[in-house]
Amino acid sequence: MNSLVLFIAIILYLAVLFLIAFFAEKKSKSKWVNNPYVYSLSLAVYCTAWTYYGSIGVAAETGVSFLAIYLGPVIAAPLWILILKKIIRISKQHKISSIADFISLRYGNNRFLGALITVICVLGIVPYISLQLKAVSESFEIMTHGEVIENQAVLSDYTIYIAVLIAVFATFFGTQKTDASEKHKGIVASVAFESIIKLVFFLGVGIYVTFYLFNGTEDVYNQISSHENFKSLTTLDNVESGFNWFFMILLSFFAIFLLPRQFQVSVVENDREKHLKKAIWLFPLYLLLFNIFVIFIAWAGIVKFGSTSNSSYYALLLPLKEGNVFMALLVFIGGFSAVISMVVVSTLALSTMVSNNLIIPYGFLSKFIKGEQGKNTSYIKRIRRISIFLIIIAAYYFYYYFSVPLSLYSIGLVSFVIISQLAPSFFMGLFWNRGSSRGAIVGLIIGFCVTLYTLVLPMSIEAFTGSRDFIENGLFGVENLKPFALFGIDFLSPHAHAVFWSLLLNLLAFAVVSLSFKGNYRERNYAEMFIDPRNYSTLGDNALVWKGEAYVADIKNVLVKFLGVSRTERALSLFFRKYNLPPDTQMADARLISFSEKLLTGSIGGASSKILIANVVKEQEISLVEVLEILNESKEALANNKALKEKSDELSKLTAELKNSNNELLFQYKQKDEFLDTVAHELKTPLTTIKASTEILKDDIEEMEPEMQKTFLGNIEKEVDRLARLVNHILDIEKLENNRQKLNLTQSNIDNTISNVVNNLSHLAKEKNIEIRFETKNSATLFYDEDRIIQVLTNLLSNAIKFNEKKNGEIIISYTTNESWLEVAFEDDSKGIDEIDKNHIFDKFYQSENQNTLKPKGSGLGLAISKQIIQKHGGDIWLKQSDKNGSIFVFKLPFQ
Amino acid sequence: MKKILLVDDEPNIVMSLEYTFKKKGFEVYIARDGSEALEILENNIPDIILLDVMMPKVDGYQTIKLIKENEKLKHIKIVFLSAKSKSSDIEKGLSLGADKYLLKPFSVKKLVSEVNELLD
Repeated sequence: MNSLVLFIAIILYLAVLFLIAFFAEKKSKSKWVNNPYVYSLSLAVYCTAWTYYGSIGVAAETGVSFLAIYLGPVIAAPLWILILKKIIRISKQHKISSIADFISLRYGNNRFLGALITVICVLGIVPYISLQLKAVSESFEIMTHGEVIENQAVLSDYTIYIAVLIAVFATFFGTQKTDASEKHKGIVASVAFESIIKLVFFLGVGIYVTFYLFNGTEDVYNQISSHENFKSLTTLDNVESGFNWFFMILLSFFAIFLLPRQFQVSVVENDREKHLKKAIWLFPLYLLLFNIFVIFIAWAGIVKFGSTSNSSYYALLLPLKEGNVFMALLVFIGGFSAVISMVVVSTLALSTMVSNNLIIPYGFLSKFIKGEQGKNTSYIKRIRRISIFLIIIAAYYFYYYFSVPLSLYSIGLVSFVIISQLAPSFFMGLFWNRGSSRGAIVGLIIGFCVTLYTLVLPMSIEAFTGSRDFIENGLFGVENLKPFALFGIDFLSPHAHAVFWSLLLNLLAFAVVSLSFKGNYRERNYAEMFIDPRNYSTLGDNALVWKGEAYVADIKNVLVKFLGVSRTERALSLFFRKYNLPPDTQMADARLISFSEKLLTGSIGGASSKILIANVVKEQEISLVEVLEILNESKEALANNKALKEKSDELSKLTAELKNSNNELLFQYKQKDEFLDTVAHELKTPLTTIKASTEILKDDIEEMEPEMQKTFLGNIEKEVDRLARLVNHILDIEKLENNRQKLNLTQSNIDNTISNVVNNLSHLAKEKNIEIRFETKNSATLFYDEDRIIQVLTNLLSNAIKFNEKKNGEIIISYTTNESWLEVAFEDDSKGIDEIDKNHIFDKFYQSENQNTLKPKGSGLGLAISKQIIQKHGGDIWLKQSDKNGSIFVFKLPFQ
Repeated sequence: MKKILLVDDEPNIVMSLEYTFKKKGFEVYIARDGSEALEILENNIPDIILLDVMMPKVDGYQTIKLIKENEKLKHIKIVFLSAKSKSSDIEKGLSLGADKYLLKPFSVKKLVSEVNELLD
C-alpha cells in the first residue's frame, strides 16, 4: 500500500475523532455523551496496541499466558467496582485530578510524595507510550512494505508526524480548562468511539482469519495440533507457571487502578457513580470479547507463516498475505485507535501530574503569588501543554533510540511492574489509617529500585550489550544477587520475580516505617477521611481539622490569583451561605481553609494549594490525639444533629397533629355551642307564647270573650305541640348524628309506604286545596327502615304542603328505579327555593330568610333529620329546580 | 293615647302582646320583621317599640341601628324582647341604644310595668 495513501487515511481518521471530540465537548450535557456505555467503553482504554498486536505475539510464542493480563480485571471486576466507588467519592469531594494527587492527599498533601509518584509514573509510562508509537511505526511499515524496516531517519519516519498530531489533539481537548479535575467530555467520547472501532475491527479480522482463511475454530485447532511446540502453547505445565500466572493476574489487577490513564477515565472522568453498575459487567465482557480470537489468529499465523518472527503483526500480515488490503487497512485503523486513545489519555493524565505535582509545587508557586489571575491560568495551561508535548517527544525518542531491541510485550510488562509500586501506598492508604507519608515514600523508592535491579537493568544490559553475564552471575558475581533469581528464588519468570520482590519489599518498608514513625496530624486527618469517606462526606468541610489564625481577606487574595475576582466572590458567598456565616466574616476557620484548598486543588494540585494557603495563614501545630478527638467530636455532633433533627421533625409533626385535632375539637365545640343556643332559642319561643297566653287568661278570664279565650287556648295547644315535636326532633337528630340510631331494615314496598304517608297527610292538603298526585307503578320492594322512611316522606310532603302558596297547588310524587337505585321525587309548583337557600336547606335550624309568609311552624330540623336518615341508608338527598319553577326534592336509596 | 310598635315574627307572641296593650289603652302597630317596622315608622312615630332580635330579613340589631341613626326616630324608647340570654347578647343590645332588654319568656305584667315606667 502506498505510504502517502495510508498517511491520508490516518489524517482522515484523526479528523473524524476530532469532530467527535469537538461535538461531545460542545454538547457536553447531552445524553449521548453522559451515559454508562460511554463510561464503560472509555475504560477500555486499557486495551492498547499491546493488546491489539502484542497479545497475538505472546500467544504465538508462549501460549495462553497473554490471558493473565486480561483475566485480572475480569476476575476482580466486582471488587474493583467496590473499591472504585470509594475512590470516586473521595476524589470528587477533594477535586482530585490524578493518581499522584490522590495518593499525596491521602498522606496529608505531601508535596514530595506527589512529585515522587509523578516521576515514577513518567518513568513507567513514557516507555509504554513509546511502545505505542513503535506499534504505529511498525504497523505502518508492514502496511506499506510488508515487513518491519529498522532505523529510519527521524524526519522520514511518519511516526514523528503522527506523534505530533496526537499531541495536538491531546493539547486541544485536554487543556481547555485550568481546573484539571473538570471533565474532558471530548476526549472521553473519542476514546469510547475508538474502543468500539478497535473491538469491531479486531473481531472482524478474527472472524476473517478463522472462518475465511480456515474452516472455523476446529480447523485452526486441527492444523496447529500437528505443530511441534503445540503442547507448550496450550497448557500450564507446572507449579512455577501457576505462580507466574498468579503474579500476572495480580499485576493486571493493580494496573486497572493505578495506571494513570485508567485513573483518569475511571475516576476523574466519572460523571455519575451509578455508571459503575453497567461497567461492572460491560468492561469485563469487552475484555473477554477482545480475547476470543487472539489464540486463533496466533495459531493461524504459525500455520501460515511457519515462523514466529513478526508474530505480533499476524493480524495485519494474514490479510495482506491473502491480498486483502482493505481488511488489513481496517485492522491498521483499529490498532491505530488503540494507540491514539492510550497515548491521548496517558499524556493527559501524565501532564496533569507533571504540572500539578511536580512543576507547579516546586517551581512556580512564588511566581503565582506575585502574578495575577489571567497570567496565572495561562501559565498553568501552558505548563500542561508543554508537558504533553515533552512527554510525547520523550516517548518518541525512547522509541527511536531504545525500544528497537525490546519486544512490545516486555516493555509493557515492565511498565506495569513499575506502576504497581504504587499499590501498597494506594491500597493500604484506603484501608489502614496508620499508613504514613514517610512509609509511602520509603516503600515507593525501595520498590522502584528493586524493579530497576531485577528487571530494567538486566534487560537493558542484555538488550544493548548482548551480555548475559549480569543475569547469570549476579552483581559482583554474588549468587544471591542474581537479578532474575534474588536469594535463590529462581523458579519465577523475570517479571513475576520482579513483582514478587519489589512489592514485598515495598510493602514491608511501608508497613515498618509507618509503624515506627508517627505521621503528622494532617496526614492522619486525611487518612480518616479516606478510610471512611461515606462518613466524612457528610461532615463536608468540617472534616478538616485546623487550628490557627487566618483572615478571609488573605485567603481571598490567593483565590483571586487563580479564579479571578468574580468566581472567587461567588465561591465565597456560596460558602458563607452554606455555613450560615455573615458575608463580612473576618476570621477564617478550618472549613474555609478546607474549602479554599479544594477550590485550588483542581488547578494547581493538592500540595501546591496547601502550600499557598499555608503561606497566608498562621497555623498552630495540633497533636495527633487532638485531631482524632476533634474528628470524633464532629462525627458525634453530626450524629447528634441528625438525631435531634429527627426528634424535632417528629415533634413538629406531633404538634401539627395536635393542632389539627384541637381545631377539630374547637370546631365541634363551637358547633355544639351554637346548636345548644339555637335549641334554647327554639324552645323559649313557644314557651313565651304559652307563658304570655296563660298569664293573660288567668288575669282576664272573667271579662274575656269566649271566642278570644278559645283562640288563646288554641295557641297554647299549638305551641305545646310544637315544643313536643321540637323535643322529639332534637332527640332524633342527636341519635342519628351520634350513630345511636340503629336502622330496622325490613323488606318493604315503596308504593305502600308512600301511599300511607299520602293518606295521613291528605286532610292537610285538602285544607289548603292542594292536590297530591301519586301513581303507583311497578311496585318496587327493597330493604329499608319503614318508620324512618315514613318520617322522611312525611317531612318532605308536609313541607311541600306548608310552603305551597297557590290556591290550587299540585304536588306530584313519583319514583324511578334502575339496577342499583330507587329514586323518589317530590315536585311542587310553588315559588321554588332561592339559590342561597339551596346550599343550606339541609342544615340544622336553617330557615329561609326569604319567607314572605308568616313563619310556618317547623322545628328547623326536619330536612336535617331526613338527610341523616337517607344517608344512613347509603342513599342521598338533594334539591333541584323543577320546570314549572317549583322545586323538586329527590332522594335515592340503594337496592343493596 | 300612647302608641306602641310590636316587632316579632312569632304571630302568637304578637297576638298576646297586641291584646295586652290594646287593653291598656295603647294604639298598637305590628310588624313581622325589621323592614316592616321601618316601613311603619315612615308614617307613624310610636312612643315605644318592643323589638325581637332573631327575625328574618332585617333582624333586631340592624333595626335598632337604623332607628338610632334617624333624627326623627332616635328618641323612641326601645325594649328588646329576646330569647337570647347570654350576657354578651344583652350587653350588645343595650350598647346599641335599647332602654331595656327583657328575656323571653317574659311576664306580661312585668313587661307592662316596665313599659309604663319608661313612658312616665
